[in-house]
Amino acid sequence: MPVDIDIAKVAHLARIDLSDEELAQYGEQLSVILEYAERVSALPTDGVEPTSHPLPATNAFRPDVVTSSLTNEEALAMAPEAEDGYFRVPRILGEP
Amino acid sequence: MPEWEAVIGIETHVELQTNSKMFCGCAVAFGEAPNTNTCPVCLALPGAIPVPNEEAIEGIVKIGTALDSTINKDSLFYRKNYFYPDLPKNYQISQYTFPVCEFGKLEIVVDGEPFVVGITRVHMEEDTGKSRHVGEDGRIHDASHSLLDFNRSGVPLVEIVTEPDIRTAEQARAYGAELQRIVRTLGVSDARLEEGSMRFDANVSVRRGPDAEFGTRTETKNVNSLRSLQRAITFEIDRQTRVLEEGGEIIQETRHWNEDKGVTISMRIKEESEDYRYFQEPDMLPLEIDEAWQQRVKAEQPELPAQKRARYVGLGTDAHTAELLADDPALGGLFDQAVQAGANAKQAGIWITQEVVAYLRREEKSLVETALSAAHVAELSEMVSAGDLSSTASKDVLNAVLAGDGTPREIAEAKDLIQISDSGFLEAEVDAVIADNTDAFEKLAGGDMKMIGFFVGQVMKRTGGKADPRLVSEMVRNKAQG
Amino acid sequence: MTDLADLSIVEAGRQLRSGDVTAVDLWEAAATRIAYTEPHLHAFLTVDREGALATAKVVDAAFRAGEDAGPLQGIPIALKDNMCTKGLATTASSRMLEGWVPPYDGTAVANLRNAGAVLVGKTNLDEFAMGSSTENSAFGTSRNPWDVDRVPGGSSGGSAGSVAVGSSMGAFGSDTGGSIRQPAALCGVVGMKPTYGLVSRYGLIAFASSLDQIGPFARSVEDAALLLEGVAGHDIHDATSYRGEYPTLTDGLEKGVKGLRVGIVKELMVDAIDSEIRAATRAMADKLSDAGADVVEVSLPSSEYALSAYYLIAPAECSANLARLDGVRYGNRVPADTTDEMMAKTRAAGFGPEVTRRILLGTYALSAGYYDAFYGQAQRVRTLVRQDFATAYEQTDVLISPTTPTTAFEIGAKTDDPIAMYYSDVCTIPSNLAGDPSISVPVGVDTRGLPIGFQIMAPALGESMLFRVAAEVERLAEFSARPSLAVSKETV
Ligand SMILES: [Zn+2]
Repeated sequence: MPVDIDIAKVAHLARIDLSDEELAQYGEQLSVILEYAERVSALPTDGVEPTSHPLPATNAFRPDVVTSSLTNEEALAMAPEAEDGYFRVPRILGEP
Repeated sequence: MPEWEAVIGIETHVELQTNSKMFCGCAVAFGEAPNTNTCPVCLALPGAIPVPNEEAIEGIVKIGTALDSTINKDSLFYRKNYFYPDLPKNYQISQYTFPVCEFGKLEIVVDGEPFVVGITRVHMEEDTGKSRHVGEDGRIHDASHSLLDFNRSGVPLVEIVTEPDIRTAEQARAYGAELQRIVRTLGVSDARLEEGSMRFDANVSVRRGPDAEFGTRTETKNVNSLRSLQRAITFEIDRQTRVLEEGGEIIQETRHWNEDKGVTISMRIKEESEDYRYFQEPDMLPLEIDEAWQQRVKAEQPELPAQKRARYVGLGTDAHTAELLADDPALGGLFDQAVQAGANAKQAGIWITQEVVAYLRREEKSLVETALSAAHVAELSEMVSAGDLSSTASKDVLNAVLAGDGTPREIAEAKDLIQISDSGFLEAEVDAVIADNTDAFEKLAGGDMKMIGFFVGQVMKRTGGKADPRLVSEMVRNKAQG
Repeated sequence: MTDLADLSIVEAGRQLRSGDVTAVDLWEAAATRIAYTEPHLHAFLTVDREGALATAKVVDAAFRAGEDAGPLQGIPIALKDNMCTKGLATTASSRMLEGWVPPYDGTAVANLRNAGAVLVGKTNLDEFAMGSSTENSAFGTSRNPWDVDRVPGGSSGGSAGSVAVGSSMGAFGSDTGGSIRQPAALCGVVGMKPTYGLVSRYGLIAFASSLDQIGPFARSVEDAALLLEGVAGHDIHDATSYRGEYPTLTDGLEKGVKGLRVGIVKELMVDAIDSEIRAATRAMADKLSDAGADVVEVSLPSSEYALSAYYLIAPAECSANLARLDGVRYGNRVPADTTDEMMAKTRAAGFGPEVTRRILLGTYALSAGYYDAFYGQAQRVRTLVRQDFATAYEQTDVLISPTTPTTAFEIGAKTDDPIAMYYSDVCTIPSNLAGDPSISVPVGVDTRGLPIGFQIMAPALGESMLFRVAAEVERLAEFSARPSLAVSKETV
């Protein structure tokens, strides 16, 4: 059964600006892949704990010690646009 | 119809003052040049991954313990996915199910009435960078472009969420103030609202009486003082009530508190159903805060503000003085040491919260910059109790001690303020004055008690103001009554 | 006389220490090999000639001073271009990062520098390690050295090809679902994925964080073990880095397989696997049996769902991992009026189709209302896969299977069929889901003369056993064929 996807919403969530043709094409491909991936639902998993991590360990910490940071020049050397020691971006619409 | 009632819940973000950031070794510092405390991790460079700061976890366990929460033994980090330029990874490492702390409570007192606010959860996350909007008046919508500083990116942040238990703006303010005191007492944050190291978001709705369903709520942000928390909530309650009275509808939205205009303003964001696509952070292992850890934090917990206030009242201070002392660690410390050294608690509390505070304010100094010690306060207290110093003179002496002129006794002696409380000597003086003023004495003996003042004044004159007036007054009264 | 570029790391190390060769000699041999193979192979995105020569000179001085940092000192090594190298462009084969120069070294890279390795350059991959052919590289497809019309496999195709032709003596890649073992199999070299957590991921551009693992390519099992030894170890910069005692890697190489219990995985010997590959796998199983191993058939019943689970888990994690590529702080930017538009346009222009597909897939699989059916269910399947392995290891020491369902396929053969491409990893994915170590060793060629890989799997931290069996497989296979591109050098 093909999976129904609101591909425009997904592309917006992922912040990828796609044309209508691209959206249609990706929508179709995703539907096929998801149909295949959906096979996982055939496996009975009642009472099975999910594995999100292959290592059965806890509490990997870092001591609260200050280490050296990048200089302002190093940080901004990579920036597409910078101004007065800041990263510069076009105007921001709205808050998160 | 029943009266309108507000339903309020507060979300508080507290930046922890650890040495280094939550997931990297960059320094946690305020007010430095932009983008000077960043590294591959907190700039989210490709390939960089986070490792949690143990001290930050210790900090949240302290907060959760002080808020009487259940500390979950097993706790998980999640990724909260949303795109925003001040969030370098475009996901925030936060918690979702299994936060570090749940089911806490905080008791506050408003107008002498105790009131319990339920704490839903306390969870660990990281702060974002800061954006500055350039052009016009710095407002986001009119800006031509924005500038980003990632020094704050990745600073450890604890979010404390209350149940919708709060009913008035005053309670909300009292909650905020008490939470701030606790966090400061624990030493995990300076909790400065104006600098943003403590931030409140207020969820407010109104309804027709305590039995009605909850109304639609708004979330008010950008509240950066306790006073504006109260004002913003008051405004929002009034606004919502008015809208509903007029038959309007409350829209679920985020609103911005405008301090200058004293109003909340809609951010005009269409509330798309937020889809944060939370999933367990694969770069991190689960947290395990075992019984031993929890017990150690509990054992090491400092005296909380409420405990301290109760203790001060028990020592004899009034409630207001107790609150002032408990609110200021330096003054409270001085008070504790002074009492320990033998000072009268009531007396010491008043000196410290009145004379000392007034001096510090006048001289724009902090306590450590003065010469005053707990031993001085104790000495001063003993001198007053022994009758060596009048309570009026004690204030002058205290100010001189603060200014570094010497110990209380040295100053009192130098200023010739030591009272004469030798009863033999004083009795002779009293007798001499009576002998010189027989008419006046007769009036007194006849019941005109106003004349006591005259005799005391005469003795003070004869002794150059150094007689203990209490003692003299008592002697005159005794003599008059035969 | 053997060309220096064809020496094993072990042999080169001997000659460096005897003074017969210098690190500069080895680098120059690699550089010569690069010069005549690269026009056909395109294994490298960047060759760091100056850096390599400078390091080689420093290393030679160290040797003369009697300083020895171990078996990798002076050895020319290539790195997949998703491993961050300070001062040297690192692109992950994406337009998004074209020209990006990291200000830091990843931990594995730093370990290699400390070990005195001569880092020759950065190798091609499928964009952000997503693919099985390197066809998804934004900077051109790498070729298979055995047949340049075919793919080298992927995503670490450049590293595999480089080691196969001798333009490096060893190389590193990353393996999320088979991205080391599959190209190793297709290029006829040894490729190994360590236990999750054995090699720090700090500085590895993340694809799927709970699956990614750095591992070596080599022309021999012993070399692979030495390479792994050079990068493995606990790292404070990686919270998922293993903190216990590390397995020894080379001490079992001579022990053989007598008395070992070897399980051949039933589900990976089905019709969908090329018959020649199955035959080669069966033949090697028989040889192991003859060598004294107890070979039994075992079942991993959930493994047929592993691929499906993988294609939900990996895209979900990648959708978040790649969110940081937004044109704000580094990388390329498409200008726009607002930041939101800038991000969306930058990402549309910067990501190729396969990466876009997987980000969309993962975003969808995590979104509200679908999480449990897709991502949640996939994580539970992952638990079942792990349980299957645990059960299998109750009666075996190692498991064996083919590495890939086919040998190297022609360029373009699968580009229009994502699922057919994804199937390339069907044999390798279960080990990633389990977090277990696994290795591919070349055991022969098919009728077209293309190499066949043989996969050995061991339980977590079972590297010692894994290398021990792999060394025996290597001896039994007597695989000595070299790719045409490496042997036809005189004619080029
Ligand atoms: Zn940092």
